Amino acid sequence: MFRYLVRRTLWAIVLFLVIMFVTFVIFFMAPNNPARAVCGGDQARPECLVLATEKLGLDKPIYIQYSRFIGRLLPVSRPVSFQGGVHLRQPHFKTPSLGTAFATSEELNQTIIKAAPVTASLVIGGAVLWMLIGLTVGIFSALKPRSLLDRGAMVFVLIGVSAHPVWIGLILSYFFGVKWDITPIANYSYFFGAPADSGLPGGPWQWFYHMILPWCTFALLFSALYVRMIRANVMETLNEDFVRTARAKGAPERRVLISHVLRNALLPVVTMLGMDIGVALGGAIFTEGIFQLPGLGRTAILAINNQDLATVQAVVVFATVAILIFNLVVDLLYAWIDPRIRLT
Amino acid sequence: MATDPITRGDELLAVRDVKKYFPITRGIIFQKQVAQVQAVDGVSFTVNQGETLGIVGESGCGKSTLARCIVRLLDTTEGSIIFEGRDITKLSRAAMRPIRRQMTMIFQDPYASLNPRKRVGFIIGEALEVHKLGTPSEVKTRVQELLEVVGLNPEHYNRFPHEFSGGQRQRIGVARALAVNPRLIVCDEPVSALDVSVQAQILNLLKDLQDEFDLTYIFIAHDLNVVRHISDRVMVMYLGKVAEVASRHDLYSEPKHPYTGALLSAVPIANPELGRKREPIVLEGDVPSPVNPPSACRFHPRCPRFVEGHCDVEEPPLYPFGTGDHVAACHYPLERWPMSATEMRRGSGAKARSPEEALPA
Amino acid sequence: MALLEVTDLRTSFHTEDGVVTAVDGVSFSIEKGQTLGIVGESGCGKSVTCLTIMGLNPKRNTVSSGTAMWKGKNLIGAKPKELREIRGDEMSMIFQDPMTSLNPVHSIGKQLIEAVQLHRDVTTRVARARALELLKAVGIPRAENRIDDYPHQFSGGMRQRVMIAMALVNDPDLLIADEPTTALDVTTQAQILNLMKRLQQEFGSAILMITHDLGVIAETADDVLVMYAAKVVEKANVDDLFSRPQHPYTWGLMGSLPRLDADVERLTQIPGQPPSLLRPPSGCRFHPRCPYVMDVCKSKVPELEPAQHDPKHEQACFLDPQTKDREAAKLLAATMAEAG
Repeated sequence: MFRYLVRRTLWAIVLFLVIMFVTFVIFFMAPNNPARAVCGGDQARPECLVLATEKLGLDKPIYIQYSRFIGRLLPVSRPVSFQGGVHLRQPHFKTPSLGTAFATSEELNQTIIKAAPVTASLVIGGAVLWMLIGLTVGIFSALKPRSLLDRGAMVFVLIGVSAHPVWIGLILSYFFGVKWDITPIANYSYFFGAPADSGLPGGPWQWFYHMILPWCTFALLFSALYVRMIRANVMETLNEDFVRTARAKGAPERRVLISHVLRNALLPVVTMLGMDIGVALGGAIFTEGIFQLPGLGRTAILAINNQDLATVQAVVVFATVAILIFNLVVDLLYAWIDPRIRLT
Repeated sequence: MATDPITRGDELLAVRDVKKYFPITRGIIFQKQVAQVQAVDGVSFTVNQGETLGIVGESGCGKSTLARCIVRLLDTTEGSIIFEGRDITKLSRAAMRPIRRQMTMIFQDPYASLNPRKRVGFIIGEALEVHKLGTPSEVKTRVQELLEVVGLNPEHYNRFPHEFSGGQRQRIGVARALAVNPRLIVCDEPVSALDVSVQAQILNLLKDLQDEFDLTYIFIAHDLNVVRHISDRVMVMYLGKVAEVASRHDLYSEPKHPYTGALLSAVPIANPELGRKREPIVLEGDVPSPVNPPSACRFHPRCPRFVEGHCDVEEPPLYPFGTGDHVAACHYPLERWPMSATEMRRGSGAKARSPEEALPA
Repeated sequence: MALLEVTDLRTSFHTEDGVVTAVDGVSFSIEKGQTLGIVGESGCGKSVTCLTIMGLNPKRNTVSSGTAMWKGKNLIGAKPKELREIRGDEMSMIFQDPMTSLNPVHSIGKQLIEAVQLHRDVTTRVARARALELLKAVGIPRAENRIDDYPHQFSGGMRQRVMIAMALVNDPDLLIADEPTTALDVTTQAQILNLMKRLQQEFGSAILMITHDLGVIAETADDVLVMYAAKVVEKANVDDLFSRPQHPYTWGLMGSLPRLDADVERLTQIPGQPPSLLRPPSGCRFHPRCPYVMDVCKSKVPELEPAQHDPKHEQACFLDPQTKDREAAKLLAATMAEAG
């Protein structure tokens, strides 16, 4: 178990470095000049460009730029050289920095801290919703194959898999928001009260109320996929020999289902969930766009429009770390519930 | 193909000291080899033209790995495989190709070893096409001929494997192996997945084909009854090593290795009267792991005649018995057969074979 | 009174292709402490017979009729709750594949304790002690250290021992063993069969042994049922069956068997394939493969009738007794030639 844990963590660190490198290279190679973005785009004055190039370190070789980039991200600063036998700086802990935005000179840490909870509400709430739907519908349709519920579930799966989230989002907001006026159709409401200057309503209820439509939109595709997967897994597990053994022992159906079927059937679901959260984070861009949620996705889109690569990079870095951590947690969870992995 | 004509009784295949180890790797990020599975560990034997050599042993004894090494589906770790007088152990793929026409294989699972998306005609004829042995119409004629030979309807040329029963599928497997007119067919548990009545059909078919086409078989199975029925000579393997080799009659009537004895007495006999009379020799424990096999004689931890300080220290060579074509790797071979479990435990005056008696390696 | 009395048992499955009658009019009885063997090839209905008695067939598409009297209660059509109380307590079952028959995510101790607590109102401590006792009885070495291990940490033979321990943990009166040694190696099979014999004496349970292996039947059973295509074709005491088989299918099975106790140059094979149960042959179901087929076999269904030499030996074949005895003797002469 310990070896497994260490191995997984080390792999996560290696992955982090690789992804950071790839991200850096992609942005470095991008055919535009960050200095131009800093100086206000097309009307940039040449003297500003020179200054900005120097300040951003764009004139330095790529490896220096990369090491600065990584250095900013690490939670530890490096010790700086001796001068005359005196330590100028001891290594010490610091807050990792994502840098500053090119267009607004805003601290990107602040940008992310503001946007991340919005996306987290969307993704986590959405995941809870799709798991709820996936589990209940999936399990019940597996228990009664070809029943009305099962056939209905299959129709739902077909719609969920084939309809695009943007279209679904628009349809939902048209009917529930505009036509019947049941839910709000846009904007975010902060769980712990909105920032004073935003003029938005706050509090848990408002938060929930505003998130209903985004959640439904966001979760539809995945709940369809999960209904299908959970149904297949449960049906397969129901045919396993050990389930027959459990019945032969005289276990009641409820116990057979909970203690013997579900635990085995849900093992692969846990893995899938770990991977899909990453995919879902990408899907959040659409939903945030439709419902005008000030999350990471919208931040990234705005930044792209402004050619603000620093912000885009910050979002990518943050998302990467989030996904890595989430995957790590899932791996450990998996080892905890499956004894066959625990021992290797 | 300019191979010398080989007459019945000549040596067709020689396996010399073949070893096959599979590495076990471990590591947090970089994998390094920490141990190896000694699946086959120094096996030597010969197969003569026209005979059937049965290889029998329990799961994990290395018999299937050995089969795959012989037909070069796996590369051997050490040792050599000599086919028709030529060392094929290190031949390149291209150089192996003509030899693949000479030795083919029949697999255990008739359900898994046939591609479900290909028609039977294609499955059987593929090897002919690969070796460029005829025009498409010649291939078709040949395939229909083969279907007839193995007792299937030639009209079924265009059917898919799932349209056949298990026994019929194994017939397709046999036809596939026969297609290129091989000299040697390695049969890896060909009847283990079949019902008794169908098993008998396939065994009879294999015997008929052997007579008709002068085939040589290496027949691998875990079922001693089946091996006895089909083999001329039998080799018993235990944990990657040869325990005993003998003609069928000698092996089953006068086994020398205690493991062979235990195997024979463990087989249930379809004769209740006889069954009640004999006392089965029940071995203790399980077959140990081939990762860390026991020292010296690998059978010693389960052997009823184990002698401390000898069997676990000195590895027994293959001692000859009788006229010398019966060999067994045991220091304290069985004096007679049948033997009861108590008789088998030493003390009944078994004496050790002297090292001088061993066969020259 | 017999422990289990099965009369005219029928089980049909409704499939997409039609109705498959997997068990068709099977009757037998098992006495206390006795072993009844059912032998036949795959698809003959031997496993379904047991699953029907245990009430373990899928409910959705299965129809069963007939009676299976167990301690004065008919198990066919009994309420699920009643069946549950019997299963695993008075009557338990072990299966062919010990690799897949144990739940991989629970320790074996937990699975044994569950088996106890489903039927006994005892504390986990007591149930665990009982589980440990059984693990020791079936010969798991260092049982007290291994009770918390998971199934994948055991070898195939050890897993089958665990299955047996779990089946016997509540002292059942009947143990149904469905091909318990088919997936095991020869020497392991010998260990398990030996163990079952020993435990049968110790626990006094009756055993219903299902297998395709005539050798296993010969070594374990007292009485034998031979099944072919969902029907019983022959029923006899084990000695009588092997010394005086009365049905051409039984001869075919025995002739097909390569044996250790005799040299047979060529096996007498049964031609053709077992029939589809969707559309079984008319009359005697064996007639398309039977070398002794007569006109009557094609139209009339033979019933199980007492054989001439012994009324306890029943068979379902229209051949005259003289031919049967002659063929049986011939078969025996061929296989016994070099016996001994």
